[in-house]
Amino acid sequence: MFAFLIKRLAQAIVVMFVISIISFSIQDNLGDPLRELVGQSVSEEERQALRDELGLNDPFLERYLRFAENAVQGDLGTSYFFKEPALQVILAKLPATLDLVFGATIIIIGFSVPLGVYAAIKPRSLLSKLVMGFSTVGISIPVFLTAIGLIYLFSIELGWMPSYGRGEAGHIFGWDTAFATTDGLIHLVLPCITLASIMLPLFIRLIRSEMMEVLQSEYVKFARAKGLSPTRIYFLHALKNTMLPVITVGGVQIGTMVAYTILTETVFQWPGMGFLFLEAVNRVDTPLIVAYLIVVGAIFVITNTIVDLIYGLVNPTVKLFGGK
Amino acid sequence: MALLDVKNLEVSFGLRSGAVKALRDINFSLERGERIGVVGESGAGKSVLGFSILNLISQPGRISAGDVRFEGKSLQNLNDKDMRTIRGNRIAMIFQDPMMTLNPVLTIGDQMIECLLAHRQISKAAARKIALQKLMQVQIPSPETRLDQYPHELSGGMRQRIVIAIGLLMDPDLIIADEPTTALDVTIQAEIMELMLELCERNNVALILITHDLGVVSQVTQRTMVMYAGRVIEQGPTNEIINDAQHPYTQGLINALPQMGVRGERLQQIRGSMPSLQAIPKGCAFSNRCDYASERCRVIPEFTRSGGCLVACHMVEELVAQSENKAQDGGA
Ligand SMILES: Nc1ncnc2c1ncn2[C@@H]1O[C@H](COP(=O)(O)OP(=O)(O)O)[C@@H](O)[C@H]1O
Ligand SMILES: [Mg+2]
Repeated sequence: MFAFLIKRLAQAIVVMFVISIISFSIQDNLGDPLRELVGQSVSEEERQALRDELGLNDPFLERYLRFAENAVQGDLGTSYFFKEPALQVILAKLPATLDLVFGATIIIIGFSVPLGVYAAIKPRSLLSKLVMGFSTVGISIPVFLTAIGLIYLFSIELGWMPSYGRGEAGHIFGWDTAFATTDGLIHLVLPCITLASIMLPLFIRLIRSEMMEVLQSEYVKFARAKGLSPTRIYFLHALKNTMLPVITVGGVQIGTMVAYTILTETVFQWPGMGFLFLEAVNRVDTPLIVAYLIVVGAIFVITNTIVDLIYGLVNPTVKLFGGK
Repeated sequence: MALLDVKNLEVSFGLRSGAVKALRDINFSLERGERIGVVGESGAGKSVLGFSILNLISQPGRISAGDVRFEGKSLQNLNDKDMRTIRGNRIAMIFQDPMMTLNPVLTIGDQMIECLLAHRQISKAAARKIALQKLMQVQIPSPETRLDQYPHELSGGMRQRIVIAIGLLMDPDLIIADEPTTALDVTIQAEIMELMLELCERNNVALILITHDLGVVSQVTQRTMVMYAGRVIEQGPTNEIINDAQHPYTQGLINALPQMGVRGERLQQIRGSMPSLQAIPKGCAFSNRCDYASERCRVIPEFTRSGGCLVACHMVEELVAQSENKAQDGGA
């Protein structure tokens, strides 16, 4: 367990270091903070004086170290637009984005496991062929098309679901989430389906191909020779082994999904981090952009850690807690 | 009534290029407690034979003709549910590579107990007790600990003992062991084989021992079948086959054995290799590698009785006919 934590921590530091360099370079090159701070009437000399005073003319390394020092203390600068600490602005929008990611993850797991397993067990059945055909086509449909199609069908034509916004959010264990209210849930359906649709085909294919390989293995043959029921063979012996690579790949994908929320949130005007990020880009609100990148990096590190923990629990050959 | 009766068994694999027959005309029967060896080069169809008895041939294979009878009942017509009451219960199977046979993500205990629970209405605790007993029978040190371990924590030899213990869980009438020692260290092979022999003898369990090692067959089995390209080409009492093989292929196998060949003579490999199922020569499948092949070998040989053996070879048929004629002449 200790070795595992050290490894994780080292990885987190590397990831955060890379992100901080990127973020800082962006901040350094994007727009002119002076323009945001002072009006047009200030003369060039006064500007230079102000730059010196703010340390904007110091060497790159010095400026980066100063940035990093503040960042480590949670200070990522003040949003030009909101006039509030950038990190605070971003974190306020985090729950809305996590709603989407969580909802989409549930949809992905809920559909990909049964469909992938079914397609592996009965590769020749009509349903399997439909599922596989659908997932082939699905992989190549752009997200915004899915979103527009869903909005057209369910919001405009049928009028079942709202086409934008988060609705009314409630609280579960003090956490702000749209899952807490019916109104929130209704608002969640379309964006979550859209977000899930990006990864679902990939997961179905992955689970199917892993499962088919596992079904050829000697230990599955041996399980059959022991006279076990197909249910036990498929859903214990085979599925548990199938899920090992799926968990690894899936963890990375769910991390990536956070990035995809930018598109989904924009289409559905979902008040999350991604939506805020696009606005920040438009307003050249660099502290906010930097804060977003760093929060996303942190989420990535955290999901990877959780995934590693789950993997370790499922796979007995990985020793998380002590051992050899 | 024989325990197992295999009649005219034929197994086909439906490949894209057409169906190929991996087994043809297999006939043999096995009495209670009897041990039979199945030998032949790799690709001869030995494993397919083992799996076909339990109706577990991998796709796209199927039994295309013939019948397997167990205690007089045909296993062919059983539905999957009834077949499962045979598998692991009356007929157990032991696989070649113990590194691959056990599920890596389940404990040894889980993998033993589930087998008992699949066949018997007993509690988990009772099943655990039986599992423990069987682990002791296969001489595993500190069996209690093993139950909670995962396969990767054990050595190859230890794992094969566990696989054998799983095979014994339901006190089966027949064990099919498919090259049970091939994947193991040479030093452990003899130990495992001895253990299997002892367990079969003590519990009066019949054994089908699949191997390409004639030496092992001679130590363990009473009868032997020699397979070549999907057919049995010679079968009979093991000592006759080892000491006085009739078929040129069997002779070739024996000459290739270090301890069996005549002292001082060079070991002889059979020239060439076994053809793939698609490229079997017309007539006798061995004819293209046989030193005695001639015109007559273009026709598939029938079985000839020679001593206690059945041999599918034209040359042997002629030799037997000649000696019979001599005997008749001498008698007249
Ligand atoms: N899954 C399969 N698909 C197609 N052909 C197969 C399959 N399994 C076995 N065969 C055919 O059956 C032949 C015999 O295989 P096998 O019984 O495994 O030989 P061995 O005597 O080495 O155990 C192989 O040479 C191959 O042509
Ligand atoms: Mg084999």
